[in-house]
Amino acid sequence: MSREVAIVAFAQTDHTRRTDELSEVEMVMPVLHEVLRQTGLKTSDIGFTCSGSSDYLAGRAFSFTMALDGVGAWPPISESHVEMDGAWALYEAWVKLLTGEADTALVYSYGKSSPGSVRDVLTRQLDPYYVAPLWPDSVALAALQARALIDAGDTDEPALARIAARSRQDAAANPHAQLPGARPQGEHVVAPLRTGDCPPIGDGAAAVILAAGDRARELCARPAWITGMDHRIEAHSLGVRDLTDSPSTRLAAERAGAFERPVDTAELHAPFTSQEVVLRKALGLGDDVRVNPSGGALAANPVMAAGLIRIGEAAARIHRGTSDRALAHATSGPCLQQNLVAVLEGDSHE
Amino acid sequence: MVVEFPFTRSLGPVQSAFLTGLRERTLLGVRTEAGRVLVPPVEYDPETAAELSELVELPTTGTVTTWAWNPEPRPGQPLATPFAWVLVRPDGADTALLHALDAPGPDAVRTGMRVRIRWAAERGGAITDIACFEPYEATDAPEAAAPHDGGFADPVTGIVAHARLDYTYSPGRAQTRYLQGLSERRTVGERCPSCAKVYVPPRGACPTCGVATTDRVEVGPRGTVTTYCIVNIKAKNLDIEVPYVYAHIALDGAGLALHGRIGGIPYDQVRMGLRVEPVWSEGGRYPDHYRPTGEPDADYDTYKELL
Ligand SMILES: [Zn+2]
Repeated sequence: MSREVAIVAFAQTDHTRRTDELSEVEMVMPVLHEVLRQTGLKTSDIGFTCSGSSDYLAGRAFSFTMALDGVGAWPPISESHVEMDGAWALYEAWVKLLTGEADTALVYSYGKSSPGSVRDVLTRQLDPYYVAPLWPDSVALAALQARALIDAGDTDEPALARIAARSRQDAAANPHAQLPGARPQGEHVVAPLRTGDCPPIGDGAAAVILAAGDRARELCARPAWITGMDHRIEAHSLGVRDLTDSPSTRLAAERAGAFERPVDTAELHAPFTSQEVVLRKALGLGDDVRVNPSGGALAANPVMAAGLIRIGEAAARIHRGTSDRALAHATSGPCLQQNLVAVLEGDSHE
Repeated sequence: MVVEFPFTRSLGPVQSAFLTGLRERTLLGVRTEAGRVLVPPVEYDPETAAELSELVELPTTGTVTTWAWNPEPRPGQPLATPFAWVLVRPDGADTALLHALDAPGPDAVRTGMRVRIRWAAERGGAITDIACFEPYEATDAPEAAAPHDGGFADPVTGIVAHARLDYTYSPGRAQTRYLQGLSERRTVGERCPSCAKVYVPPRGACPTCGVATTDRVEVGPRGTVTTYCIVNIKAKNLDIEVPYVYAHIALDGAGLALHGRIGGIPYDQVRMGLRVEPVWSEGGRYPDHYRPTGEPDADYDTYKELL
């Protein structure tokens, strides 16, 4: 059944702290139109549509149905939704194309963190019996992981600051980034993490088009072929895990074929500087691999879209010819609980 | 906008014993087939998925395995003064429990420090029955885990998981204009530039064409009842007498019907095709209800596409 599937188009919004003037569908529609424009496809040409978002961010049940208006869901379309980052929606679409049930797929995801307090909203994804009643916010949990890394000798505060600086420096070349360019590390938010170690809070959306086989070659000059993709989860209780490692990332990467040959680029979904340390170690990435040339989630972190954006950014580098083999990673849950790894390759230059 | 989810969750045998134990100042863990003691206890082994039931009682002392200093506690967190988040491995356990540590400052906290549970004064069978941990410098050798049958009088069998989140809702471009129109007692829809359908209320996109609806169109105020139902059961906090009629109303010029209550006519005389107009209450942000205009009924053919 081995079918070739590629990412043929990618678009994202400019990520900003608030988008009060836009509803979710109004925010999503421009990126949907952009990927359709890039490929010349019409909505009626799309074989399968899959989205990722969260009702807890929106503060409303079935919030994804509103955004569906933006894709033109009439006459009826083949559609699905994941209550997760859009990277997992992309995984579902990839499987759909591999099975031969569709030749093209539209994947999009979006998140508006601005209406609520995202640090508190994310506590509601935690174990409701033992953890959520304590309201440990997302920064607090990341800080526990950061301390464990420092105690283990894997990093220190100056090294974390260098990750923050490099990411935001790289983001200066990314017109969509929310935090481009150098900025101070700031005070401790939850020590040992400082403002600079944490992602910006913001709103944004992204969209990707997938296509199989020759359809991909028709739609894109240099398709980003997905040569492997896998996602894994770890035990949900934080106290059971070794927070300095990410065996789920390593296993997903292994199953995705990431270790078969070197990659030149890695887009890692590490909203906190300390998480890049964990991921580099888990993936065995050396200094010769270009990590997060987009600036990564430290430069723009629209919750539910930031993982899909990692895959899109990696694909876009292949489209442009600046990467031949890229690894893209997405995460979900506290302290890198769930991890997805995709390996993307471009046809060799001739 | 406040969204609250007071979920009532039932507990399995292991969780029930653990949370009841906390109420009784007793810390329980569960032993796996491999002999590891997991705290907080879970019902299935995270490595083998084997069902677990061998409870053990642990001392209330332990060791910090990692920590983070929280200078600005947020609502709902265990302590209102600055504190450390900690993972604590209870003596005799192989895993750690997340909680708060009451300490004067970050200089008083380190990985490996000894701590003990401070119980909440009032306990009802929840993780918050542990008020927090506190430093405990005693050097006596920790006790070992002891078997426990998990039996308590009046066990806790469920918890209410409170989850209040506050949002500031912004309705976006299309709905903001719609709401502005309503404040002037006008109903403003938006027309799809592709298929010309007029959406009321507008949500900013045409779901058929997937494009932005940008042309503003004032519709109504009069409209036609396209279908209706008779409500016979009084809803909570509603001061409308039953029976009353709830209808779909296609405002003149609109491409789809909106919802509204019909008044000013006996409930059993409402019919499809009835012509109606909005009635606004003083200070109301939307029509209170719709009443008959007295015009002849609309022809079925004029609204059959809007059903
Ligand atoms: Zn239309």
